Amino acid sequence: MTPSAEQRCIPVKTDLDIVSARVEGRNLARDLGFGTIDQARIATAISELARNIILYAPEGKVTIRAVLSDDGGTGIEVVCEDNGPGIANVELVMQDGYSTSSGLGMGLPGTKRLMDEFEIKTKSSVGTKVTVRKWLK
Amino acid sequence: MEVARIPILQIENYLVASIQTALHDKAATQFRDDLLERIYATKARGLILDLTAVDVVDSFLARLTGDIAEMAGLMGTAVVITGLQPEVAITLVELGVELRGVTTALNLEKGIAALRKMVEKENTYDTIG
Repeated sequence: MTPSAEQRCIPVKTDLDIVSARVEGRNLARDLGFGTIDQARIATAISELARNIILYAPEGKVTIRAVLSDDGGTGIEVVCEDNGPGIANVELVMQDGYSTSSGLGMGLPGTKRLMDEFEIKTKSSVGTKVTVRKWLK
Repeated sequence: MEVARIPILQIENYLVASIQTALHDKAATQFRDDLLERIYATKARGLILDLTAVDVVDSFLARLTGDIAEMAGLMGTAVVITGLQPEVAITLVELGVELRGVTTALNLEKGIAALRKMVEKENTYDTIG
C-alpha cells in the first residue's frame, strides 16, 4: 500500500473539530470518486472516531489521505491518534453496546462495519491510534 | 460560544424545524433545549424534525434525535422525524444505531399527515378521559 503525497491533518480539540474532520473526509472521498453512500459511511466513521478523541483523550488529531493498494486500487485512509489514557480492554470496547462514557458504546464496532479495514493500537497511558480504510470498488 | 440557532416555525398547532447545517455537539444540544422551550411556550401538539438536508447522522445526533422525541413525548407532544436520506438510513443501520420509539416519515407532507393521526388519536383519549 502506497500513501499519496497529499494528506490532510486536522487537530481535534473541541466538538467543532469533529465537524471539520468529517467535512475534510467527505470532500476527499468525493474527490476520489466514492459515491454518496460511501461518502456518508466515511464521514460518519470519522465523526465517531473523532468524538472518541474528545470524549476520552481529550485531544488528538485526524489524518486523512488517499492510498493505493498493492494491486493498484484507490482508497481513503483515516488515522485517529491521541495521547489519552489508552484502552484497557480492546476486546471489550469492540463489543456492541459496551461504553465507558456518555456515548452509545457502539462507536468502534459500528465504525468497523462502516469501513473495509480497521486497526487499533492502544497502550495504557500512552494513547490510542485507530486506522480505518475504505476501498473504491 | 455563540451558536447559530435553527429556526423553529409554527404552523397551526405544530412546530416544524429543519436542520440545514452540519451541527456540532453544542449547537445540537442548544437546538434540543430551544425546541423543548418552544414546545412549552407554544403548547404545540406536534413537532416535525426535518433531516432532509442532513448528510451525516452519527451516534451522537441519533441519540439526540431520540432524546428530543422522548422528551417532547413526556411533555405530551408528538414528534415525527422526516426526510432521512438513503445514505443516512444505511449508515445508521450499519453503525448499529436504533431510533427506538421514533416515528419517521418520508417527507414533510407525509410527516404532517402522520402527526395529524397521532394527535387525533390523543384527542380521542382526551374525550374519553
